[in-house]
Amino acid sequence: MILMYFTERPYRDVPEDEVIKNRGFFGVPNKFFDREAGSRLYNEYLDEMVYAEDVGFDAIMLNEHHGTPFCMGAVMNVEASILARITKRARIVLLGNPLPTFKNPLRIAEELATIDCISHGRLVPGWVRGAGSEQIFNQANPAYNRERFEEAHDLILAAWTRPGPFRWEGKHFNYRYVNPWVTPYQKPHPPIMIPGVLSPETVVWCAEHRYPYLGLGTALSATAELWNIYGDTAAKEGYVAGSENFGYLQHVFVAETEEKAQELGKAHLFGGGQGAFSRPEHTLPPGYNSKEATKRLARTMTAGSGGFLGVSAEQLGRSKDKEEPSGNLQQVADSTRRRLARGEATIEEAKAAIYKSYQKAQDGLQIITGTPKTVIPKIRRILEVLRPGVFGIFQSQGPVSLEDRMTSIRLLGEEVLPAVREIGKELGILDPFERLPGSRPYTTGTQREQLISLDALRAS
Amino acid sequence: MAEWTEEITHIAGTNLAIIKGGKGKPLLLLHEELGHPGWMSYHEELAKDRTLIIPIQPGYGKSPRVEQIRNVHELGLFYIWVLNEMNLAPIDVIGFSLGGWAAAEMATANSKIFRKMVLVAPSGIKPAEGEILDIFAVTIGTQVNATVHDAAAAPEFRKLYGGERTPEQFEAFEEARTESARIAWDPILNNPSLPYFLQGVKGLPTHIVWGREDATVPVTAAEPYKTALKNTDVKLTIFDHCGHRPEIEKSAEFVKLVREFLA
Amino acid sequence: MHIMYFTERPYRDVPEDEVIKNRSFFGVPNRFYDAKVGARLYNEYLDEDVFAEEVGFDGIMLNEHHGNPFCMGAVMNVEAAILARITSKARIVLLGNPLPVVKNPVRLAEELAEIDLISKGRLVPGWVRGAGSEQIFNQANPAYNREYFNEAHDLVLACWTRPGPFRWEGKHFNFRYVNPWVMPYQKPRPPIWIPGVISAETVVWCAQHRYPYIGLGTALQSTVELWNLYGQTAAQEGYMAGTENFGYLQQIHVAETEEEAQLQGRAALFGGGAANFSRPEHTLPPGYNSKEATRRLARQATDYGFLGITAEKLKESQSGELSHIGIPKENKQNGDTREKLRRGQVSIEEAKKKIYANYQKAQDGLQIIIGTPKTVIPKLRLIMEVLRPGVFGLFQANGPLTTQQRLTSIRLMGQEVLPAMREIGKGLGIVDPFEREPGSRPYTAGTQYDSLVDLEALKRAPKRDESVRV
Repeated sequence: MILMYFTERPYRDVPEDEVIKNRGFFGVPNKFFDREAGSRLYNEYLDEMVYAEDVGFDAIMLNEHHGTPFCMGAVMNVEASILARITKRARIVLLGNPLPTFKNPLRIAEELATIDCISHGRLVPGWVRGAGSEQIFNQANPAYNRERFEEAHDLILAAWTRPGPFRWEGKHFNYRYVNPWVTPYQKPHPPIMIPGVLSPETVVWCAEHRYPYLGLGTALSATAELWNIYGDTAAKEGYVAGSENFGYLQHVFVAETEEKAQELGKAHLFGGGQGAFSRPEHTLPPGYNSKEATKRLARTMTAGSGGFLGVSAEQLGRSKDKEEPSGNLQQVADSTRRRLARGEATIEEAKAAIYKSYQKAQDGLQIITGTPKTVIPKIRRILEVLRPGVFGIFQSQGPVSLEDRMTSIRLLGEEVLPAVREIGKELGILDPFERLPGSRPYTTGTQREQLISLDALRAS
Repeated sequence: MAEWTEEITHIAGTNLAIIKGGKGKPLLLLHEELGHPGWMSYHEELAKDRTLIIPIQPGYGKSPRVEQIRNVHELGLFYIWVLNEMNLAPIDVIGFSLGGWAAAEMATANSKIFRKMVLVAPSGIKPAEGEILDIFAVTIGTQVNATVHDAAAAPEFRKLYGGERTPEQFEAFEEARTESARIAWDPILNNPSLPYFLQGVKGLPTHIVWGREDATVPVTAAEPYKTALKNTDVKLTIFDHCGHRPEIEKSAEFVKLVREFLA
Repeated sequence: MHIMYFTERPYRDVPEDEVIKNRSFFGVPNRFYDAKVGARLYNEYLDEDVFAEEVGFDGIMLNEHHGNPFCMGAVMNVEAAILARITSKARIVLLGNPLPVVKNPVRLAEELAEIDLISKGRLVPGWVRGAGSEQIFNQANPAYNREYFNEAHDLVLACWTRPGPFRWEGKHFNFRYVNPWVMPYQKPRPPIWIPGVISAETVVWCAQHRYPYIGLGTALQSTVELWNLYGQTAAQEGYMAGTENFGYLQQIHVAETEEEAQLQGRAALFGGGAANFSRPEHTLPPGYNSKEATRRLARQATDYGFLGITAEKLKESQSGELSHIGIPKENKQNGDTREKLRRGQVSIEEAKKKIYANYQKAQDGLQIIIGTPKTVIPKLRLIMEVLRPGVFGLFQANGPLTTQQRLTSIRLMGQEVLPAMREIGKGLGIVDPFEREPGSRPYTAGTQYDSLVDLEALKRAPKRDESVRV
């Protein structure tokens, strides 16, 4: 198993009231960015990552978001560059560069290749379409989002594998002289992993490309469905998908006592958490969603769901056969925000609504917080259902002190990771470096591998 | 030798230099990306019974750049405006290389602007095989030499381009290359939408002329042009032992073809 | 004085014959790039940077070139990011990001801000128009080069200083929601330095913006004229220029003995050096040069090269930025060899011989300074006396020196050359941009302003043979 440490590198100093007033993290005016805090935080996050490698994590995961205190990794490749030099063993997993926002994808090819070289082949570049807010921030036409994603992807791979110089004349990108004098260390190219929140289109695309798909904390039942779609597509492509084709990201916070864990764990809901990532108009700009996705969205909206449903994990995690009771996290967040927008709720009320959902969030596994003893069984449940070869642990988003964050990393390293590895062994989970994704041929007519455990799903 | 003049007119929002010469019905010539070559023998011949109208493209020679012309389609829109102002439509046109591309763009915007259209090795549509020469990443010498198949067999080419370049010539070429880079850098000397819109051209007899050994815009671009113009009367003539400049390399045959076609 | 260490981070393993056969570094097919070698070299260059900081350099300079074994810094911001974390005192000087090729200036603003934050305010972001080959490699329309540069510059500065969110609708860039959540550490913004090679337009622009101008190893005579042009412009702008407004980069190699130095120093001519940076068609794509620069170039096509020109001529003419390696137009000697090579009239061996035959001349003309600390210091002194630059960059020779030779050179520079330079600098009253803010001294019209150069010292300086390029 590949065990990954992840933090969004939040700007934890942002005043929570401003986030709530703004009804989302994206777009809080940047006058609240303080350089001393920023400088300190970037460096502390790098310290955390080095420490995570020390205590035994196999990989460090980064992600990219622009114009938001939710995540300081506007140009995560800066941090990736640094990790390439200051870590020694850990893989550097980028989930992911939002390809459609790049106006010069060839430069990204050079950049990632440089990082892979400096790290002596530890880069795992992942790519995303990018949240709606990234398109707006980077002036990337949302109507061409998927096309730009695919063409940039093809171009980068060509830059890495096709001997130059050659010409590239695509629909969205033209280059007359592609001959980069830096190509990746890993041959034929670094392993690519794609993160997502339950877009079937993306899952199918991944399976067609034999790229592992990493679910970003999505509800188990919905995730299981997508694993099966992947598996079916893999079979069509002629290979057997297995644990090496999947990853999962899970928020876990560990403290020395259950009391402390319960007290600190709340911070993950800061500002409204993931559900408050960006306002609706920024989350789904026109053209961003395919027609089918828009259709699905329209139906869920009119089903009295209580608000616009962005790319939040909770809402998208609703499975078809389970009608979620009203009042799940996203719905609560949405309705309170709408009331706030209309001036019908105060910031205090909005805050209260956010933190009221704390227990529910734990019950639904959006938040796992506790001592090693109490978090391990919860992680086990996830592993039993989804059997992901890559498991990422997502650090708290809120104003937890550096010391407490480091303690969490230490306890994870000392007690949780070893236990998780044991579970992984027991379940026969292999990661993409132990078994190459897509390397096992599938014979039509035979049974393909069980990717999930329905029993475990029912039990959870 | 026919007389020709160069006049600067204020038209279409700018000062445009136009070369005029000959007698008879007006015939519009849109020069190539290196500029108007000067009065060649094919001009002399055609001027016998047609009045040649040769606008100097904005950004070349005495015609100042028009910033609002950002691509070849907008160059076409500019020329349409000029023709309308001068009351010349519908007019016969011969477009050479990028000038041919501009003529094609004009036809998509308003096919009634032309009576008949001759396209001589136009850029603007990607060839089915091979690539359009990237003239912006080669030296002027390479670019110029790539325009003819056999320089020895094209005396007019040697007259024009042979020998040491004078500083003035160097400057003129750089200026021409600058302006064509400005409007045709990306995509690389083509408009991906042009084949689609050429389908809308009706009632505009068109003759496409190419040299088989064209090393600037491969002859494999001729079929795509012809196919795109399927809804109008279109002919294709390919000269053997000929490069990018049939009008110079096969001057007599070229003039004969044009005369017959435009009659 | 601010003394910086610089290396192009060359891919030293490229076969020299391939460079000569290709008639330039740019465009050698990338199948000759071995990622394992690349990995080793990148890390060694970072080791050098750390070592340079240790031995006393005030700054580490980086630059950016694409598709070219001459320089592995295709995305130098990667290295800059690492330096932000693994160094602690040295300034990280980027000379420079080629603004026209970046295409998303907002992302660049975020990137540089992050680096500045992580480094706790040690970034000096510099910007260039970029060599012709960068435009071709990055598909950046050369006809719009200067416009891209100016607008991207303004946009990056707006990102850093104008509170967001705001909209930017320019000629070349549109952004509907500029609100970067990462801002530079240095306020109001990091100091900006601009490198160049004899572009009068760039020098005037710098003076107008009060940005220090860094001459990249340009001939002393011409550099002097440009300094004066800067000074005059500064006066027009109402401030007095001084040593804090100028920097100079010098290619150099130092060894323990003169014999060793002379033997090793030949590496600077490897592949023909900067003169073979890129072929003419890649160096000056159409539209890259202004009309006036083209005019001048046309008239020099048969001359030997860019000779010293008067301030007046410079003032009335505008010249285009011709890349930091000097005006690459063909001169009779070098160009002829490359032409002959292209036509197959001369062999690779003969071409190589011609290149290395220039070794002594290159030293005589100060294109390269090779020697022991004892022999290099007087040459550096001369340059410092003439130009009085507040910033001085020591540019490690570019060719296939061994790692050890390079590290020794850095060590000797740190131990002996830097202290000597600082003494000289003190004696000359040279202050750097951190000791005195460029543009901070008001100038009263009609009064005399500081002499920026020493013409007497210039007389003692060797005249550079412009047909020799390194």
